Amino acid sequence: MNLSVKQTLAAWLAGLGQITLLAREAAAALLTFKVAWRNLIYQVYFVGVKSQTVVLITGAFTGMVLAAQTYFQFHKVKMDTATLAVVGVSMCSELGPVLTALMVTGRVGAAIAAEIGTMRVTEQIDALRTLATHPVDYLVVPRVLAGLIALPLLTAESISLGIAGGYGVGVGLYGIDPVYSWAHMLKYTGDTDLSIGLIKALIFGGILTLVGCYKGMTCGVGAEGVGKATTEAVVAASITILISDFFLTLGLERLLNAL
Amino acid sequence: MIEARHLLKRFDDQTVLDDVSFRIENGESVAIIGRSGCGKSVLLKHVIGLLKPDRGEVLIDGENIVPMDERQLLRVRRNFGMVFQGAALFDSMSVAENVAFALRRNENLTEAETARRVARVLEMVDLPGTEDKNPAELSGGMRKRVGLARAIIYEPQIVLYDEPTTGLDPIVSDSIDHLILRVRDHLKVTTVVVTHDMRTARRVGQRVLMMHDRKIHASGAPEEVFNSPDPVVRQFIDGVADPEKSTHGNIAS
Repeated sequence: MNLSVKQTLAAWLAGLGQITLLAREAAAALLTFKVAWRNLIYQVYFVGVKSQTVVLITGAFTGMVLAAQTYFQFHKVKMDTATLAVVGVSMCSELGPVLTALMVTGRVGAAIAAEIGTMRVTEQIDALRTLATHPVDYLVVPRVLAGLIALPLLTAESISLGIAGGYGVGVGLYGIDPVYSWAHMLKYTGDTDLSIGLIKALIFGGILTLVGCYKGMTCGVGAEGVGKATTEAVVAASITILISDFFLTLGLERLLNAL
Repeated sequence: MIEARHLLKRFDDQTVLDDVSFRIENGESVAIIGRSGCGKSVLLKHVIGLLKPDRGEVLIDGENIVPMDERQLLRVRRNFGMVFQGAALFDSMSVAENVAFALRRNENLTEAETARRVARVLEMVDLPGTEDKNPAELSGGMRKRVGLARAIIYEPQIVLYDEPTTGLDPIVSDSIDHLILRVRDHLKVTTVVVTHDMRTARRVGQRVLMMHDRKIHASGAPEEVFNSPDPVVRQFIDGVADPEKSTHGNIAS
């Protein structure tokens, strides 16, 4: 193994360790209610309410295109009425949480890294510390908590709009029988699928906000440092979401079916 | 009382502080001078625990703060106020919100009482009626004053100033110097000012520490340091690039 690979691996492991310590510090602050509540309300508004448009458009059009593509294939084997079942299962357990998380990462994860990064380079984080305020309590906990609250709700909206969009395309555009479609969707989309989606959303909400905070708090000097931290936050959070999605799918499927 | 013992600080392979020791008594006013990049601000950040030394101790009222974690340091920092070089105001908040920040976080006061105390400290720093302004609307001198108001609102025992007059014109610098003295005399605080502005050092320091080559090079009363025949001190006081051109005299005044 050459030196640069070793250094990259060491830096990656160090980053993983630091983000774990940040998560532990945030969890400890949360458990002792060291939360800036006013800041939390604003962050829920910023992460949740302000992400509505992007999430709803993503959910609706994903459901619509999924319905169209599924219909094209199922129509060949005369399974038209199973179209909405595929849309329902896919939106609930996979596309809803993953695409919502990726879209929110692009909007919120980047904004968190840029805001905290700018605070770091302008010594505002040091100022917080001199004012006897722990930066994790004031900056990290409200954002992570907002992510944990907002992402499941945004995902639920995305799933709903996706199914509605899929219904509109399947029934309205391609003339699939609405009653059979609806019945098949309810039959094949179980509580487990929805639970998997919402649990994933909760975890993704934690990941994207925590990575954004970590990248902001460790950003380099100057405008270049802030820009780099912002890019890294989006890339790292997106990749973490996609990788963890695979393991969550396997783990949650087994866990929830065993219950 | 602030005491530093044998501080050593390195950033990667660059040593910034090397065996730095000093002691500042309660109520004393000390100016730390030295060339840009000599480690003055780094030293100041060690005093309040924003940076940790690689070796050595920092004692605040006899308590070593170096082994403390961030949460333990929060308790110690309640005794401190710090004014940053760039003011470091929270740009998402108004002047009043900036100044009231520590009160709102750490004390249970009514909004009326908080507003009253904010108005009082803004009055003290000659910025009455600026509560609703945003930091972006303020000049450099005004930002420093708001930073000072924020630092002193909970009446700390020690106030640290990091280059309080850098980037300000001589008239505004003069008013900031007077403000530092007013705060010192009014609140009876220990004052530590890091500066490379000779006029500020002379005016606010009851004692001057000069940093050079990673160490405390000279220490004493302002007259003693400013009249020192030491070539390093002379070069800095006289502000000449060529040490041969330094003179022994009271040029900086």
